[in-house]
Amino acid sequence: MAEAEAKRVASDERAAFDWLGALRDAGFLGLLTLGLSFPIIAFRTRQDLWQGLVLDPRWELVTVLVAIAFTARFCWLVFGNRLAGGVQSLAERVGSTLSPLKSYTATFRLVGLAWLIAYPFLAVLFAGPGGALKWIDNFGIQILIYVMLGWGLNIVVGLAGLLDLGYVAFYAVGAYSTALLSTYFGFSFWLCLPLAGIFAALWGILLGFPVLRLRGDYLAIVTLAFGEIIRLVLINWVELTNGAAGISGIPRPTFFGLPFNASDEGFAAFFGLQFTPLHRLFFLFYLILLLALLTNWVTIRLRRLPIGRAWEALREDEIACRSLGIDTVTTKLTAFSIGAMFGGIAGAFFAARLGFISPKSFEFMESAVILSIVVLGGMGSQIGVAIAAVVMIGGTEMLRELVWLKAIFGAGFDPTQYRMLLFGMAMVAMMVWRPRGLISKREPSIVLHEKRAIGGELVKEGQG
Amino acid sequence: MAAPAIDPNAGLDAEPILRVEHLTMRFGGLVAVNDLSFDVARGQITALIGPNGAGKTTVFNCITGFYKPSSGRIVLMSDGALPGPAIDALTDTSMRSRRVGDGGIYLLERMPDSEIAAQARVARTFQNIRLFTGMTVLENLIVAQHNWLNRASGYSLLGLVGAKSFRDAEARAVEIAVAWLDRIGLKGRADDPAGALPYGDQRRLEIVRAMCTGPVLLCLDEPAAGLNPRESAELNELLLSIRDSNGTSLLLIEHDMSVVMEISDHIIVLEYGKKISDGTPEYIKNDPKVIAAYLGVEDEEVDDAAAELDQ
Amino acid sequence: MDYFLQQLINGLTLGSVYGLIAIGYTMVYGIIGMINFAHGDVFMLSAFIAVIIFLMITSLFGGLAIALALVLVLIIAMVLTALWSWAIERVAYRPLRGSFRLAPLISAIGMSIFLVNFVQLVQGPRNKSIPPIIDGSFVIPVDGGNITLAYKQILIIVTTAVLLAAFWFVVQKTALGRAQRACEQDRKMAALLGIDVDRTISLTFVMGAALAAVAGTLFMVQYGVVNFADGFVPGIKAFTAAVLGGIGSLPGAVIGGLLIGLIEVFWSAYFSIDYKDVAAFSILAITLIFMPSGILGKPDVEKV
Ligand SMILES: Nc1ncnc2c1ncn2[C@@H]1O[C@H](COP(=O)(O)OP(=O)(O)OP(=O)(O)O)[C@@H](O)[C@H]1O
Ligand SMILES: [Mg+2]
Repeated sequence: MAEAEAKRVASDERAAFDWLGALRDAGFLGLLTLGLSFPIIAFRTRQDLWQGLVLDPRWELVTVLVAIAFTARFCWLVFGNRLAGGVQSLAERVGSTLSPLKSYTATFRLVGLAWLIAYPFLAVLFAGPGGALKWIDNFGIQILIYVMLGWGLNIVVGLAGLLDLGYVAFYAVGAYSTALLSTYFGFSFWLCLPLAGIFAALWGILLGFPVLRLRGDYLAIVTLAFGEIIRLVLINWVELTNGAAGISGIPRPTFFGLPFNASDEGFAAFFGLQFTPLHRLFFLFYLILLLALLTNWVTIRLRRLPIGRAWEALREDEIACRSLGIDTVTTKLTAFSIGAMFGGIAGAFFAARLGFISPKSFEFMESAVILSIVVLGGMGSQIGVAIAAVVMIGGTEMLRELVWLKAIFGAGFDPTQYRMLLFGMAMVAMMVWRPRGLISKREPSIVLHEKRAIGGELVKEGQG
Repeated sequence: MAAPAIDPNAGLDAEPILRVEHLTMRFGGLVAVNDLSFDVARGQITALIGPNGAGKTTVFNCITGFYKPSSGRIVLMSDGALPGPAIDALTDTSMRSRRVGDGGIYLLERMPDSEIAAQARVARTFQNIRLFTGMTVLENLIVAQHNWLNRASGYSLLGLVGAKSFRDAEARAVEIAVAWLDRIGLKGRADDPAGALPYGDQRRLEIVRAMCTGPVLLCLDEPAAGLNPRESAELNELLLSIRDSNGTSLLLIEHDMSVVMEISDHIIVLEYGKKISDGTPEYIKNDPKVIAAYLGVEDEEVDDAAAELDQ
Repeated sequence: MDYFLQQLINGLTLGSVYGLIAIGYTMVYGIIGMINFAHGDVFMLSAFIAVIIFLMITSLFGGLAIALALVLVLIIAMVLTALWSWAIERVAYRPLRGSFRLAPLISAIGMSIFLVNFVQLVQGPRNKSIPPIIDGSFVIPVDGGNITLAYKQILIIVTTAVLLAAFWFVVQKTALGRAQRACEQDRKMAALLGIDVDRTISLTFVMGAALAAVAGTLFMVQYGVVNFADGFVPGIKAFTAAVLGGIGSLPGAVIGGLLIGLIEVFWSAYFSIDYKDVAAFSILAITLIFMPSGILGKPDVEKV
């Protein structure tokens, strides 16, 4: 009965579809597009040697954009309902097939780990030694750095609920302390790695002390300010940091003293292998994998310790924490400095990986990217952060691969130009789509009878 | 007006655990608490009542360090410390607390909130429940035991390597939590998020969470607000058992007179930030000033109204 | 003395621009409690719009008086930038209203990234410079030296003052202003009383963007160069100004803007030009740490 009724209503709706309204709506969007395109798209400014700045009109482009906006909106209004319904039911079906898998998380984890360990070999296997470079370096190592940074920041933002927009400062502290210690004093990478972590943690305490009594957005802005100050000092203190030109010649990490080069003392010679640059990449890959897993392990452990619970309690309700006698300043400082420490260690790795660093790598954008990875992942969720890093970093790296688009848009088309544009759009879209991130559920840190995940709607995001 | 025939302090001979003296709290031009003095007796239930906006919550916030009083002294005497010259001597120094015999005296107006909870061991609940809603019931109670557990975890170092001493301490903390949950009948819901509990359970959970900090004085801000009569009765029982079997002193703000009159040993009435009455429930019930305050009219108006009626 | 006065004038000019941008931050923060991270980039966009419109007008009606051309540029830039801001609010912020606290901030950062890269994409990465629009200056002899008061500086300060006065009138005296203040106090209650909250918030964004467009146009007049990356730093400084003046307070934003302008100019003049941004960021940090409610802001009491 009810079903028939629903069908009737649906068909009525279709019959009474408001074509005029749809046209008007789409027309409005078209006009809006026109308004937004004028003049910023319609005229491209070009610096002409003789005439100064001249305008090149591009009305064809505007026309195309307006047409696209109009048609897309119109089609959405006409078919959108059905499409959305289809997508929803598809998502539900996928969700329900995946849900029994949840009970196999342990197996999942093992499979995932095995895959990660096998990844460089698989890359060589499928892409050949030459092609593998890109897959291991740009995808593997690059993504893992962001996974590690995401996990580090997750301690601060996801667990303790402290909004830090200057996380990249600690990454910079780690990278620069490694660069300076190794080039000035000849410290080895293996010594610099923990030192970078310690320095970054100290900086975390130093900066955290004054700022951690601020709340919410104010904390975010002060951390942003500190991040920028550190970057500007790195640029301007030329005597120490070589300014914007950066520091090069940072010694590469060695395999317990064996350098990765073609010499007789090198890694390849020692193990009787044919020298190839892949060895170093393999090593760097496993190193960052190890560092990231260490971050993960420590975080998971800490979450089940009093300090970790205090972090989460702080995120939930700072006033309640104080009423329970929790020293909120120390608790926040530990979160801030431990997060900073992992950022610093990642920085040390970053410096040694390329052998070159400059302030350009530590701009606010980096902080924004790391933060968006944490928020998109679902604050506090380790696996969510990892997935978000793969999607965001892998996704934007993927754009570099879209050279075949040249065939469509002409040779002048450079897909990498759209990388950050799409990145920004994706951030907005993801927030609109899932404001609480991919995995908003929270796992309890201690269980009496039976473990049950806690729905995201109850979990608070913190005021700090 | 006739003086009340009832002795205001009948049966109230207990020594104080908390002494509030000349407490004043101003917010800009508003004097929320005005030269207020009272004692909270050790091992008893003291109620702070008064009309809306009388300044009760503000008094709590001053006692627990969330607000810094404009002036006045708040002394907590724990573990048998008694009022005496030691307190004045301490006040003259710039220190916050001192051990006296087995106990200690604490000048709460000098201490920040978390230290009051951790050192002076004053716990509180809030008028608007402040549970960690996204954490489980059990987690809430474990967090409340943070300070000693954190020490037991060697400030996380022992805990990180999974030392046995820490695992034992944690098991002990769970035991304490479960014992409290048993007392409020929530053991079965230990793994549910606190935010998913019904309102009445949340209130009681907040109380036992405060108790898990091991307080000598427990301050409850309207614990019966929003409870139905059955829940109210259960609450009474819980509070009495906290007083009797844990020996914790209680200070509570409450509008629900059935709770106040039934369980309080001593009542203080505030109006416009000033104390208007102080004594046993029997005395308070019959104090015309209190009646007038709750009717919202001045004494003279009561008289006037009576005169009008007579005509 | 003359050097000092000269810097004072320069600082006030720069500060006017910051103040105009700061109002956009302060109004949006006041009404929805969100840092509109993309506002600095909206300013940058408006400067581009102003440059293009200016070029169009001068090439279409070559003989048009510069004053008239500038007024036209100003009006068109205000309208178009407001349209952008309206669209941005609609797409990136409105769906997130009342949701998770971090979501609008992340969305705004995303929008900021989008705008920067959008302008870079459609206008190219290079600096765009136009010849000076207004030349000439008064030279005023002051004991022992001269100070120059460029016409464009006068224009900037006067325009800012006039527009701020007009804006102040709107916010204080009109129904829209009342609706804004009502939404600031209590959005739910305002809605219950029949105020169209969505519309009020949209208009707040529109007004903020219009003032940013004024800043963008004046920026073009003053410097004659625009670049796609020019939004971030002025944006942060304007935000600093808003915080310094007391976020949520309109006069505070203007005072904060002037102060930041003066501090920056004097810092560059007397200490080190390299570290002028460091000075601005340090002031931001110091203000927030030691007086988070700024000069004119209401203290933020934590009710328990
Ligand atoms: N942080 C604050 N800033 C300004 N005024 C405050 C603050 N806290 C409380 N007040 C004011 O102090 C007065 C007393 O408030 P308080 O909350 O203590 O009353 P109360 O007795 O607890 O009332 P209720 O029974 O409604 O809870 C009120 O007028 C209130 O507005
Ligand atoms: Mg109250």
